[in-house]
Amino acid sequence: MKFTWFNLMPWPHLPDDFRQNHRSVWVDIDSRLFDPAKANTMYHEYMDQLEYADSLGFDGIGVNEHHQNGYGLMPSPNIIAATLARRTSRAAICVIGNSIALYNPPIRVAEEFAMLDCISGGRLVAGFPVGTPMDTNFCYGQIPALTRDKYAENHDLIIKAWTTTEPFAFDGKYNQLRYVNCWPRPIQQPHPPIYIPGGGSIETWDFCLDHDYNYSYLSFTGYLRGKALLDGYWERVAERGKDDSPNRAAFAQVICVADTDAEAERLYAEHILYFYNRCLHVYPGFADPPGYRTIKTIKAGAMSQLTAAAMRDFQSLTWKDLVEGGHVIAGSPATVRDRMTEMIQGLRIGHVFCLLHTGNQPDWKTRYSTELFATQVMPELHKLWPEYEGDDRWWIHPLEDRVDPTAGSPLKPASVPEVIR
Amino acid sequence: MTVTTDRVRTRRGAECAVRSFGDPSDPPMVFLHSAAGTVGDDAFLLATAAHGYRVLAPEWPGYGSSTGEELLEDMLDFSLHGWDVVNGLGLERVVLVGHSMGGMIAAEMAALCPDRLRALVLVSPNGLWDDDHPVVDLFSLLPFQFAEVLFADPVAGAALLTGGLDFTDMEALTEFFVGNSRRLGTAGKILFPIPNRRLSKRLYRVTTPALIAWGDADRYMNPSYASAWQASLEDATVVSLAGAGHMVPFERPEELAAAVGDFVRQHP
Repeated sequence: MKFTWFNLMPWPHLPDDFRQNHRSVWVDIDSRLFDPAKANTMYHEYMDQLEYADSLGFDGIGVNEHHQNGYGLMPSPNIIAATLARRTSRAAICVIGNSIALYNPPIRVAEEFAMLDCISGGRLVAGFPVGTPMDTNFCYGQIPALTRDKYAENHDLIIKAWTTTEPFAFDGKYNQLRYVNCWPRPIQQPHPPIYIPGGGSIETWDFCLDHDYNYSYLSFTGYLRGKALLDGYWERVAERGKDDSPNRAAFAQVICVADTDAEAERLYAEHILYFYNRCLHVYPGFADPPGYRTIKTIKAGAMSQLTAAAMRDFQSLTWKDLVEGGHVIAGSPATVRDRMTEMIQGLRIGHVFCLLHTGNQPDWKTRYSTELFATQVMPELHKLWPEYEGDDRWWIHPLEDRVDPTAGSPLKPASVPEVIR
Repeated sequence: MTVTTDRVRTRRGAECAVRSFGDPSDPPMVFLHSAAGTVGDDAFLLATAAHGYRVLAPEWPGYGSSTGEELLEDMLDFSLHGWDVVNGLGLERVVLVGHSMGGMIAAEMAALCPDRLRALVLVSPNGLWDDDHPVVDLFSLLPFQFAEVLFADPVAGAALLTGGLDFTDMEALTEFFVGNSRRLGTAGKILFPIPNRRLSKRLYRVTTPALIAWGDADRYMNPSYASAWQASLEDATVVSLAGAGHMVPFERPEELAAAVGDFVRQHP
């Protein structure tokens, strides 16, 4: 059982009237709300928290990619991951992920992920999302009906670049490259573990199963609502005759830990409501451009989590609704342990992306919640799925004798060999 | 008036429904519909046929019963498909009339094969872009906003677009979403994110006399685009329809048909 500490990197200074006076947190968010000087503090605080999570024993630390988005300030997660590779030496670095349909050519992803794997000593988990319509279509201009086709081609090109040992020509529909020759190459062979973050597209299940990739269901609506979708996934796993190792699936969950349930509400409610009411305020017209979802998915009724109706739901939700509805798992260590056990077993997942920082939560509360989780929740939960303990098909394989960049100072003086003197 | 529906299978493998209006012995005119589909075009097509034309209205793949949208990926595919259908209908020299997205494709077809056109009629066509007058982003509109943007009279427009659909019926709603996703998903291949596929570079090839018709109350695409088209074409006449929105064939069927009939008669 693995736990990755994940930070979406939300902008913590959205005004109180954001929902009333702004159309969307994403795509056409008012750029005057961004203050670069405050971002200097914000980025360092968030990166410090990720490093702190590594020191507390989380299995992974996680980052992701969004564009023109007030709740996700990592247009390039690889930049953050690079700093983490230098300042940590143990946890997996989970980049969940690079929206590969947006890179032109996507060789860039093969190269940067290979760099991250080399710098981190083989600690990279590589995520390949199709990307949300907001990022992919409206911010980066990809044609909705062709997005999945381009994604599939870009995926094939990246994998081929990682696994082919000779330069090759790639004559694709979206990429034509005469000499593909990935330098550097990843440490992990044949490639780092691959995670496919999905919303509700059923094609994604088959894609994961075709390649034996991890399916990561990322939503903010919690485990009770995620159940129907993951049940569908496990049914598909069985239909395809694959083994049902829980490590095939991961899930993102918003979590708040305090001494008592009452203290959790007192400490975290305002930040949770900031996240659900301001950060998720996306103009519904950006959520589902015609052509993005396949006809098969629409017919299956797996509607987008960001439909107008879903957005209205968020608006009216209170702390009580969010906790009882399972959007948020919050409370004392015992409460969180119980609910997470229920979630992990109910969804049959081997990996949780823990959203322990939410909205405009201040640093001290984030560290408090994170430390309680690491010391009083995670140790028990780590023991779940003992029969899959050795199933490392979806986990990192770092070098035994990798460099520990956190040991020693990079500022040591030059030591010139005597022979030269 | 005779109205028949046939199916044309193109050599590429797409299959299209084609409605024919008027006397088969009259000179042929091909009408290419907008991204909204065929809905609301009938009155204009009947009125045009009454001016002495055999009007053939193919439905694009991705629309209605037409299939093969997966075979069309870019502007050249759409333009060649247009000619494939004309060939499938056994026509040689035609009048091409296109509305909105259909106008964009008609202009591309004219640039490819100018010699096969008797005349070109573009009704509020897509295809050009003016930074000072950005075209409305069709793909981020909410369902209830379409009528406000596309029609001078949004109430009439909404009734036409929904066709009296009951949105509380989940099955009907899913069907609507599926249809909408097919139609605009297909249209997005040439209209998203900006409906400009560098057609302006090719318009020098269009030497056929052209009529540009625009509603002066068009809220989707500013009527000033009519002058941009006129400036880009060798021989273009502009007609402005007072009070009409973007959906001119539906909003001014008789007036538009008369303008088309007059114009084509002058260009035998």
